[in-house]
Amino acid sequence: MPGLEDLYREIILDHYRNPRNRGELPVPPAHRAEGFNPLCGDEIVVYLLVADGVVADIRIGGQGCSISQSSASMMSSAVKGRTVEEARDLVRAFKAMMSIHESSIGGDGTEADHDGEELPEVPLGDLEALRGVVKFPVRIKCATLSWNTLVQGLDELAAESS
Amino acid sequence: MAMTETPLDVAAIKKDFPLLEVEVHGKRITYLDSAATSQKPEAVLDTLDRYYRTINANVHRGVYHIAEEATQAMEAARDKVRGFIGAESAHEVIFVRNATEAINLVAHSWGRTNLREGDVVVLTQLEHHANIVPWHLLAAERGIELRWVPVTPDGQLDLGILEPLLDGARLFAFTAMSNVTGALTPVRRLVDAAHAAGALALVDACQYVPHNPTDVQSMDADFVAFSAHKLCGPTGIGALWGRAELLEAMPPFLGGGEMIRDVRLDGFTPNELPWKFEAGTPAIAEAIGFGAAVDYLDRLGMVNVRRHEMALTDYALRTLGERFGERLTIHGPSDTAVRGGVLSLALADLHPHDVAQVLDQEGVCVRAGHHCAKPLMRVLGVSATARASLYVYNDEADVDTLADALDAALDFFAL
Ligand SMILES: Cc1ncc(COP(=O)(O)O)c(C=O)c1O
Repeated sequence: MPGLEDLYREIILDHYRNPRNRGELPVPPAHRAEGFNPLCGDEIVVYLLVADGVVADIRIGGQGCSISQSSASMMSSAVKGRTVEEARDLVRAFKAMMSIHESSIGGDGTEADHDGEELPEVPLGDLEALRGVVKFPVRIKCATLSWNTLVQGLDELAAESS
Repeated sequence: MAMTETPLDVAAIKKDFPLLEVEVHGKRITYLDSAATSQKPEAVLDTLDRYYRTINANVHRGVYHIAEEATQAMEAARDKVRGFIGAESAHEVIFVRNATEAINLVAHSWGRTNLREGDVVVLTQLEHHANIVPWHLLAAERGIELRWVPVTPDGQLDLGILEPLLDGARLFAFTAMSNVTGALTPVRRLVDAAHAAGALALVDACQYVPHNPTDVQSMDADFVAFSAHKLCGPTGIGALWGRAELLEAMPPFLGGGEMIRDVRLDGFTPNELPWKFEAGTPAIAEAIGFGAAVDYLDRLGMVNVRRHEMALTDYALRTLGERFGERLTIHGPSDTAVRGGVLSLALADLHPHDVAQVLDQEGVCVRAGHHCAKPLMRVLGVSATARASLYVYNDEADVDTLADALDAALDFFAL
């Protein structure tokens, strides 16, 4: 039986208490994407400033539980300054860590998109602390909310510029 | 029916519910989520088991012995439900899957027959999504107008502008008890106001019937919807009560077997009430289990159930208030005369998911989320709450366990 310590690792609580990149960015030039967790009513807003194919800046708004908030905080730190390609690789690696179980509890409409595809070697660093979440299936959606919202934002930006 | 007022013997009642023996994380379960679904007593479990073991057969068409018995048991259950809610005739009690289906039935059958573009349906901001979305669907299809009775900061209906809201309305659909704040609404007054405006009244009694003596005739409503699974009965069964003359005039909801008297190549003649609205093989075992559940509650006496819950809610409000002071917000009215045993909690600035997670570790089952009442959550200014709800098998020790577990949550997150 997994215990609370498996879920609430110290790093997670730290990001929850001291969220990184919290706030807003002026839109435009930034892009605003909004995500909802229909199960619990949590909402997350991701502000993305992408310039020359690089996530130049990112801010997180909205509200949620410690898992969704800390995951968003870690996500923002992890993708800031990376190229859009690198950010997408990171999303894939993170979702792979979460998705085995996610699809088995009903999915969220964003099918794990790595089936049969070679997973990029991406070091997850601090994000590894969220691995324990898979032992608490109902909380997986909390952890993936900000990542799905990031992808949505990147997709919307790609659609705009094409 | 137990008419005399006697306190519930909760220690004995707990023994009637096998699930309450279950251990999670090495601890005996403390079940505080009856507003989502109640646990089931042996009497109901035995009834379901006995049905399948001894009289399982499809109803209404068989001439053989067990088919006759199954039919009689199901119709006897309907009559028990009729008695439980004080209805005049069992023909007015339609078995549906749950309160949600009951409300959808009214929206589809009555609504699509009677409502035209611009017609007004009045709802309240207390409503569960089950009494919102069917009307949104009808608004999209028919162009009806929805109006909303507002809610006060303590989660009760604000009736200040009720009359102008009801002016010209065709239907007023409202909850008798909120599943978020526990607020009891003044049902008779609301029904009278609807009728005075020339509107029909639909009561979502899904939280009300399990916890209060119910008399649909003194409510004077036109439709009343509720589910069995919140009143000690099985899932998959509920009831729509409606006034006979309204139900008679309404077209069928779903088409198929059971609901017809005759079928020809050029059409069909619907069956009489209540079967007109019960297409296909019904949830036979569940209906019979529904009957056993109302028998169980009748033995306890609904007056006693309500008194028990008032006293326990009062204890919970006092205990939690004393132990946590400012750190705990309990949404909803503080007067137990106008609230049932539903406690929506906000603990310090902890998110309800995190609170519920720590509570689970202590074996305490509460619900965290928006409780399918997002418009109300917006009024209360929260995205979610942790909700503890009380029933016949809960006692002061359960409330104390909840309080200890809330303390554990504060400790864990070092607040
Ligand atoms: C007030 C209220 N109305 C309607 C419903 C819907 O009940 P069901 O899901 O059984 O259809 C609920 C259940 O949570 C409720 O609390």
